[in-house]
Amino acid sequence: MSRIAALTRNPAMIALVAALAITGCASKKTPNSAADLGLNGAGAATPGSAQDFTVNIGDRIFFDTDSSSIRADAQTTLSRQAQWLNQYRQYAIVIEGHADERGTREYNLALGARRAAAARDFLVSKGVSAGRLKTISYGKERPVAVCDDISCWSQNRRAVTTLSGAGS
Amino acid sequence: MKSILKPLLMVAAMAMGISSVATLPAQATLELNVNKGNVEPMPIAIPDFQGGLGPQISEIVAADLKRSGLFAPIDKAAFVEKISNPDATPRFDDWKVINAQALVTGSVSKEADGRIRAQYRLWDIFGNQQLAGEQFFANDANQRRVAHIIADAIYEKITGEKGYFDTRVVFVDESGAKNARKKRLAIMDQDGANVRYLSDGRSIVLTPRFSPNRQEITYMSYESGQPKVYLLQIETGQRELVGNFPGMTFAPRFSPDGQKVIMSLLRDDGNSNIFAMDLRSRSTTRLTDSTAIDTSPSYSPDGSQIVFTSDRGGGSGRSQIYVMGADGSNPHRISFGDGVYSTPVWSPRGDLIAFTKQSGGEFQIGVMKTDGSGERILSSGFQQEGPTWAPNGRVLMFFRDSAGGPKLVSVDLTGRNEQQIPTANYASDPAWSPLLE
Repeated sequence: MSRIAALTRNPAMIALVAALAITGCASKKTPNSAADLGLNGAGAATPGSAQDFTVNIGDRIFFDTDSSSIRADAQTTLSRQAQWLNQYRQYAIVIEGHADERGTREYNLALGARRAAAARDFLVSKGVSAGRLKTISYGKERPVAVCDDISCWSQNRRAVTTLSGAGS
Repeated sequence: MKSILKPLLMVAAMAMGISSVATLPAQATLELNVNKGNVEPMPIAIPDFQGGLGPQISEIVAADLKRSGLFAPIDKAAFVEKISNPDATPRFDDWKVINAQALVTGSVSKEADGRIRAQYRLWDIFGNQQLAGEQFFANDANQRRVAHIIADAIYEKITGEKGYFDTRVVFVDESGAKNARKKRLAIMDQDGANVRYLSDGRSIVLTPRFSPNRQEITYMSYESGQPKVYLLQIETGQRELVGNFPGMTFAPRFSPDGQKVIMSLLRDDGNSNIFAMDLRSRSTTRLTDSTAIDTSPSYSPDGSQIVFTSDRGGGSGRSQIYVMGADGSNPHRISFGDGVYSTPVWSPRGDLIAFTKQSGGEFQIGVMKTDGSGERILSSGFQQEGPTWAPNGRVLMFFRDSAGGPKLVSVDLTGRNEQQIPTANYASDPAWSPLLE
């Protein structure tokens, strides 16, 4: 259950967690979005809201160990993000880069930065204005999942697109 | 803010008694060679020092010596002679029968002006002689320091190496859940005593490092939103941003003369390069320019070279250790073992480089010669990293994550004497101070 506990940290994920609690922990797949979990329609998020972005688009992508390459599944998510961000231009965007704990602190700060830059560059290539995008690395300082095994580490190797500027 | 590192100890040591160090015979029988592979801890007797504060002080001396792994304080219950006059020659035979190689006697008293006077004598039991005798004066707040200074003196007399007990460690105090850790800068004595907090925990703070010659640290903080390198004056609490760079700065460390801070700067393309900033002129010098992660720089003690981590050689994720000139010239890889290497730190003696190595699913703390040869792993664990050297270059401290959070651990260069440093909360990112003055 630690995955669930970890997810509750992000308020935007609460709707998702509630839904998970109903469906149980059966999903082995890392949840990228409500769509992946068969939750279409479960969250009645206002289109164009931050909740809409998080729940229906997917605010995060995941990376392979020690890699900052954008995987195929991440390209799909980022393309969806770009489309949404190009539609709702009132938001400024900060991309957080994160690493799992299986690396040393300073190296992971650099790795998180590289991941955030890779996500940023992909969004720019899909037409999102570079001026709206900032990046920040948290290295391994802000894990979402806190158990000591591979399923957790893979959730922590992530870049999260966060919205600021105009409110939801 | 109350001063932490106030004027220390007043008076230096005054030789007591006839047998000052200078007049000792060249070949003392009492010696311990820390360079030998397998050092048996030396049995040492440390009866309670005389005077009201005496037992507290002698207890700290004994604990320091024991933790070094080089000394084995003898159970006081075994003592035959009860020391009542610490200045009188002991009955050497009484100490020989319990196999004490060395005996420390001492006393602690209050002077009329309120200062504490502590004196000790070190006796060579099988040489039937006094090896050293000194006295120190200190104000009340420095009680523990007196004990550490005495322990350093004994360590140095017997091993011939400088001690490291009168030192501090700056570190990151961690509390709260793992996914919402509160991190505070903190400083303590090397034995875990006298913890003081240097930040309030509102921002993530990482990787504090001591200045070699000032009561100052450099560290990384998220307080401005964007993670940046700062300086902090320990005594005044005054803080200052280092440099005016557009992106994240991290992995700071002082140069051996204390005049520069070397660190990583994030490039816009997501890679990181190494810069040095002169703290007087504020000028910055780029030392690496690669499309790789270059980080964790550390100067050699003579300031002529820099060791650092880079993944330039093996593509993503294969970080290794490189050495270059202090001007960035001739970078060359020195780590070639089977694994991923990072956090290199040059020994204050100049002879070794400590590192973290990831290999076979473990994190290891090890040392290698400065050309990369002679690698030795001193400690292995599921998750541990970030070595820092004691100022005498004989002991490393690092942090190990297990059972919920990190703790500080020290290990000597033999790898056999590993000790956890007691801290109230979780603790990480230790950095050892130079010997205090």
